[in-house]
Amino acid sequence: MSIALSASDISRALTRISHEIVEKNQGAENITLLGIPTRGAHLAIRVAQTISTIESREIQAGMLDITMHRDDLRMRPLRAIMSTTIPSVGIEGRDVVLIDDVLYSGRTIRAALDALGELGRPRSVQLAVLVDRGHRQLPIRADFVGKNLPTSSNQSVRVHLVEIDGADEVLIEGEG
Amino acid sequence: MRHLLSISDLNKSDAILILDTATELARVSDGQVKKLPTLRGRTIVNLFAEDSTRTRISFEAAAKRLSADVINFSAKGSSISKGESLKDTAMTLQAMGADAVVIRHSASGAPQRLADSQWMTGSVINAGDGTHEHPSQALLDAFTIRKHLGKGGADLAGLKVAIVGDVLHSRVARSNVLLLNLLGAHVTLVAPPTLLPVGVESWPAKVSYDLDEVISQVDAVMMLRVQQERMNDLFFPNAREYSRYFGLNSQRLAMMQPHAIIMHPGPMNRGLEIAAEVADSARSVIVEQVANGVSIRMAILYVLLAGAPLEAGSN
Repeated sequence: MSIALSASDISRALTRISHEIVEKNQGAENITLLGIPTRGAHLAIRVAQTISTIESREIQAGMLDITMHRDDLRMRPLRAIMSTTIPSVGIEGRDVVLIDDVLYSGRTIRAALDALGELGRPRSVQLAVLVDRGHRQLPIRADFVGKNLPTSSNQSVRVHLVEIDGADEVLIEGEG
Repeated sequence: MRHLLSISDLNKSDAILILDTATELARVSDGQVKKLPTLRGRTIVNLFAEDSTRTRISFEAAAKRLSADVINFSAKGSSISKGESLKDTAMTLQAMGADAVVIRHSASGAPQRLADSQWMTGSVINAGDGTHEHPSQALLDAFTIRKHLGKGGADLAGLKVAIVGDVLHSRVARSNVLLLNLLGAHVTLVAPPTLLPVGVESWPAKVSYDLDEVISQVDAVMMLRVQQERMNDLFFPNAREYSRYFGLNSQRLAMMQPHAIIMHPGPMNRGLEIAAEVADSARSVIVEQVANGVSIRMAILYVLLAGAPLEAGSN
């Protein structure tokens, strides 16, 4: 097991992603941040706080549960479903930024795009992830990446966050 | 979990999982999203060998909102009315590839028979069997109580609930006593002695014959339907007397605590166990129970069918 990102690496990466989101969207007027539970939702809250500071205005983060849209439900034990909360600005005609901890096969994001489509029609959908570990199985890419971590598919990447796990760190487990 | 036959098959965390899932799914029904793709390609059969409005429609709506294919099958107009046995019906459903059967039957234990047999491999969901159990109704009642009185908690610890009326014939009461007790609520059954079953003293509930004494103490009162189709005996002298002693009228409504809610599983006999003005009062959550029924049944279908299939024989 090795530490791929420390607490300060995570903090710097989220700050940079926040700036990049504001830069790409020429401000934060039209963006809606949606985290994918559970850790993505906490990352979204942190990004929202950073953008609020940068832009000197209150930006809210919501969360989007994608469980009911997964294509692997039948292949795993039952998953409990999580909450979906959409910020008051909504998603209709907005630039939605999805935020997740790890981008891997891309299937979670595919499910998220379906879940989003049920709720409305955003003007655009962008993707921010803390870690991109490769091995995509679908034609999906991230717009904002905290860190590219080349891994083997035998390894697993664990993101720990203060809100849930008591510490900020990204670990790689298993032999490459 | 593979089948839902009785509340006694559930432990507390199973029950809370179903309630929590329903809470999230209720937002689906509230919002713009009316349909989820989760059970696409799965077949759910509603096998109703006894009449039902709410339960059947609600299971059908729940299955459709999860994109399952629904086959409705009722005794009237099917081969059951020609005398076909449960076994032959079940084997027919198996041949059609049913992933789940929602069964309502006048014989207590019919769902259990279906689940224990090798006639079919799908999940069996009890939608009311004879005078035995009606677990989905109990879950939706617990969901409704938790929503109004749960103060954000996961269970119903410390809440007082009265179940009033025809406990003897009521599968709703049986399931509710078990589930409310499992979730930490205190149940009092209120009924004339003739409408209480033999052995009620072994149930995890108190018994009272005096509604006026109980009504001011409780957080929720659940009125049961006087089941006229099962009244083959003289259980009470006449309807007016029953109504006076065990009916919920506006005088008794006035005695209730200000936060207390009024429930009824339906269909109501207005003027008998519940006065029309009480059923329609602001304290009544009877219509909401029906809406919650769809969410809870979506949750049941999700919990039983969405995960990886379990080995046959396990529950």
